[in-house]
Amino acid sequence: MAVMRIAGRPLVDGAARGHALVTDSPLSFWGGVDPHEGRIIDRRHPLHGARLAGRVLVLPCGRGSCSASGVLLESIANGTAPAGIVVSDVDPILGLGAILGDELLGRIVPVILVSEADRASIATESIVTIRPGGILEVEHGPDGRAPEPCQP
Amino acid sequence: MIEVFESLVLSEEERGFLDGEADDATALAMRILARMAPLYGADRFIEVTRAHIDGIVYEGNAGLDFAERLAELGGQVRVPTSLNVMSMDRSNWRQLRQDPSYAANARRLGSAYVRMGATPSFTCAPYQSEVAPVFGEQIAWSESNAVAFANSIIGARTNRYGDYLDISCALTGRAPAAGLHLTENRRGTHWFRLTGVPESLQQRDEFYPVLGYLLGQTVTTGVPVVEGLDAAPSSDQLKALAAAAASSGAIGLFHIVGITPEAPDLEAAFQGETQARPELVTVERLRTVRKMLTTSTSGEVDVVAFGSPHASLAECRELARLMEGRAAREGVQVYVTTSRGVKEILARTGTLETIESFGTQVVADTCIVVAPLVRAGARVLMTNSGKYAHYGPGIIGVESIFGSTEECVEAAVTGRAEVDDSVWQ
Repeated sequence: MAVMRIAGRPLVDGAARGHALVTDSPLSFWGGVDPHEGRIIDRRHPLHGARLAGRVLVLPCGRGSCSASGVLLESIANGTAPAGIVVSDVDPILGLGAILGDELLGRIVPVILVSEADRASIATESIVTIRPGGILEVEHGPDGRAPEPCQP
Repeated sequence: MIEVFESLVLSEEERGFLDGEADDATALAMRILARMAPLYGADRFIEVTRAHIDGIVYEGNAGLDFAERLAELGGQVRVPTSLNVMSMDRSNWRQLRQDPSYAANARRLGSAYVRMGATPSFTCAPYQSEVAPVFGEQIAWSESNAVAFANSIIGARTNRYGDYLDISCALTGRAPAAGLHLTENRRGTHWFRLTGVPESLQQRDEFYPVLGYLLGQTVTTGVPVVEGLDAAPSSDQLKALAAAAASSGAIGLFHIVGITPEAPDLEAAFQGETQARPELVTVERLRTVRKMLTTSTSGEVDVVAFGSPHASLAECRELARLMEGRAAREGVQVYVTTSRGVKEILARTGTLETIESFGTQVVADTCIVVAPLVRAGARVLMTNSGKYAHYGPGIIGVESIFGSTEECVEAAVTGRAEVDDSVWQ
């Protein structure tokens, strides 16, 4: 199985592994994610209805209200949060939620910053392993589909 | 736990905070700030002299545990700290049919912050109270509308500090030295010119939320500069502009040439940088934006709400004038959300009775967006607030209609919205 390595910058360092849940649309956790079920409830979001628990969420960045940090923290407390988050823009709001999860609950949801092209190269359902220091290892999806080619 | 703080320049006092020389709450707050600083692109902290806390809305047990833990660890705010709207009306929650266990959690959360020394202001318009900052003051405020007002209208300096970072700033008296704290980031980035917008329209209250909404929709990151405003807007009109700009987008600072303190002229607003050409704001464009604030197509109205941000004394007196001797139609819920301080003054001057006799619930400490106050079954909300109109469909689950204060009062009486388009021609 081909493994693609991506060197990212850890905004919140840690290790995680899960199937990728990929979107090109920013997501506001406040009003966009139900922290009890860990489901995306924003009707205008392409991933509406998807569950986050155990997945590696790959997206450009969060969006909107500062209260999103609180929703990510509640999700981490409820065990419904993604296993890890990969972003291509520095996102203080999601970063804060993850830092609070670590500081208050001792549960680390790593948040890794990668380039726009690297983010675009991760296909949904690939298996993503996040290693300490911001290294990502991306394996083909379970259906044998190769990761999509890098965007220019 | 990560101990990589060597990229940060820390003062002796800040290092002491991290090492627990003050108390464990300050140490935790300083750790959170030290881990967050790189995410803001900061390598040091600045001292702030005021904080305003938004983490006071009950969202779940993790947030409540955090606040109670900080209070138990002996946390005390280092700077004057005000509190944003909470999740309940402390004196009227039963009458408003708030769920008792929800109200109990909301009260516990409020108490934890008050134990840490915060003032129980519970308002989203702190800039219209005695806790308002002054020009040039470095502060750590949260609540997007308050941040936009403090930065733009007063000329104080703050970034948008979200849940839990706000209390970290209050406990340490520090904020990351980045963003809008620094002069160079307060330079205008987008130039707008009002053109052909009659002064008669500029003088109307409903003009300001629409202009703000346009700025928020157009500028995702940056500092808009508005030129060509001939009217002299009131504090309440500027409040409505700031709140709408902060809810349709993420605007933390804007300048209005000749009105706001960092924009005596165009050159100052752009800090001397020359600009190509302005984006024109015409009446036609304003009309399009105004339509976005209305999602309902039927004219039926079953909720009418005023006071987002919290209504000022002047706004409440205007409502009393319009409501005096009249009554809301049966089945129409009418809310005025305001601060407890304003409500007390209304009560002592007889104005509260006038407003309540109309059939209005005058709600203090909270608002209809952060607490589920609107009764189930409501379908259409009419409001003079750009912020309520924006959040109505997503958060309250109602269609919204945006109108003037007068039109909203009329709709409460008749149960039907009659919106006058002629002033927008």
